[in-house]
Amino acid sequence: MTPLISVKDITKSYGAHIGCADVSFDLYPGEVMGIVGESGSGKSTLLNCMAGHLRPDAGSVVFDTRGHGPRDTVTMSEPERRMLSRTDWAFVHQHARDGLRMGVSAGGNVGERLMAVGARHYGDIRDKAVDWLERVEIDAGRVDDRPTTFSGGMQQRLQIARNLVTGPRLVFMDEPTGGLDVSVQARLLDLLRGLVRDMGLSAIIVTHDLAVVRLLANRLMVMKDGQVVENGLTDQVLDDPQHAYTQLLVSSVLQV
Amino acid sequence: MTPSSEYNFAYLDEQTKRMIRRAILKGLAIPGYQVPFASREMPMPYGWGTGGVQVSAAVLTPDDRFKVIDQGADDTTNAVSIRTFFERTAGVATTTATPVATVIQTRHRIPEEPLTEGQVLVYQVPIPEPLRFLEPRESETRKMHSLEEYGLMHVKLYEDISRHGHIATSYAYPVKVEARYVMDPSPIPKFDNPKLGDCPAIQLFGAGREQRIYALPPYTQVVSLDFEDHPFEASKADHPCGLCGADDSYLDEVIVDDTGGRMFVCSDTDYCEGRQAAGHRGKDLGGKDAA
Ligand SMILES: [Zn+2]
Repeated sequence: MTPLISVKDITKSYGAHIGCADVSFDLYPGEVMGIVGESGSGKSTLLNCMAGHLRPDAGSVVFDTRGHGPRDTVTMSEPERRMLSRTDWAFVHQHARDGLRMGVSAGGNVGERLMAVGARHYGDIRDKAVDWLERVEIDAGRVDDRPTTFSGGMQQRLQIARNLVTGPRLVFMDEPTGGLDVSVQARLLDLLRGLVRDMGLSAIIVTHDLAVVRLLANRLMVMKDGQVVENGLTDQVLDDPQHAYTQLLVSSVLQV
Repeated sequence: MTPSSEYNFAYLDEQTKRMIRRAILKGLAIPGYQVPFASREMPMPYGWGTGGVQVSAAVLTPDDRFKVIDQGADDTTNAVSIRTFFERTAGVATTTATPVATVIQTRHRIPEEPLTEGQVLVYQVPIPEPLRFLEPRESETRKMHSLEEYGLMHVKLYEDISRHGHIATSYAYPVKVEARYVMDPSPIPKFDNPKLGDCPAIQLFGAGREQRIYALPPYTQVVSLDFEDHPFEASKADHPCGLCGADDSYLDEVIVDDTGGRMFVCSDTDYCEGRQAAGHRGKDLGGKDAA
């Protein structure tokens, strides 16, 4: 089986400071990979290198494209990479306002990716937008409202709908539950778990919250100081951590 | 009238005119593409068509016959002052008659009289960037143009329909040029959009404050953006002209007395006067062309 994405020796420095170093892993279709670590551990740098937002200093990110099979997205042309990011890829930002157009209605936000790939039938676009609002538990009657009138949790669900409407094959998520109230987080996690299961989504989720990976991720990578210190099946890593840092991480969560 | 000796022909120095002509030629070579140019201070405020004036200055020759319209009219302050400016600085002949003009500078209209080969239509453009409505970052809009990422234009039209039930954008209606660049045709009414395409004249667009020039060479394909289920419509007020009875021209609604009386008249004053001179009378002149 071909990996959906194959990351090899990704390294990114900021001057003398190491963002992430020599990170390698494969993700297969239908898998959800969690990447945990404290802030400054390099997990966000790694995510942005994989999603094409940052250019790594070294390494490759080979993605199994729909049209042309495995391609290194680091060296492909910018138009090709931008095309991937509006078709096969999706990116859920921690802050919904970074991933939404706040001056555009909910329907327009969900419809944008459809229009970006050529949808030109207003009625169809709107029907799909309404369908997706319902799938993320937003009342269809809000389709013409701007996200500025939505709660934080609704904004995040709208961002997810906007990303998933074109059926991406890989979803990058950067702290998707960060900054939300605990009860709102729980609802969002339930929703994400349902979507991952129903759509067979492949995803890479960066978080500092072990509850998120416990619920969503099959696999887990633990990062510290730009390095991967532990890597394995989520349950295995969390229940029987091998690395001292992971043990600390897990125990500190259990004590909370 | 002889040109004042204080100025170079058409005010701008030859070096500047060459620079603007290069931008125009580049624009003509890549229809719809916004070419940056170093806009000069002109002896009139921005908003008075300094971009159009610089383009006109660069293309005018002593043999030209120059016409200026402002929202279709030859006699507004803005039109008169630009016409006078080139009478003084270039000594060119001027006219109000569309068919005999060789260079026409316009704000917000395309003349009703079909343009012909050899004519140049120069538009005054306030905001050249059609994507700015939803994407304020210039670096990003430039990238979107170069990569043909135009989904956002349809988001704007989508928002129109979701809010108004139809595409409510009625002027500066975005177009796609030769299936490549999305272009803002300047704030002309969308009624004029069909005249942009397959036009025998050269069309030049100048934005002074924004320092951009773009162009449509003769007979360029220009398509107004729309949805399959909400097709583009070149609409206008559903009346004939009160003065000349024309039912195919773009109309302005004007207040005619202090009791709130209104009438619809051609916005293109030259067209309207030409029809009246040919004997056409609208209902407000008691004519039988009245509907
Ligand atoms: Zn008339």
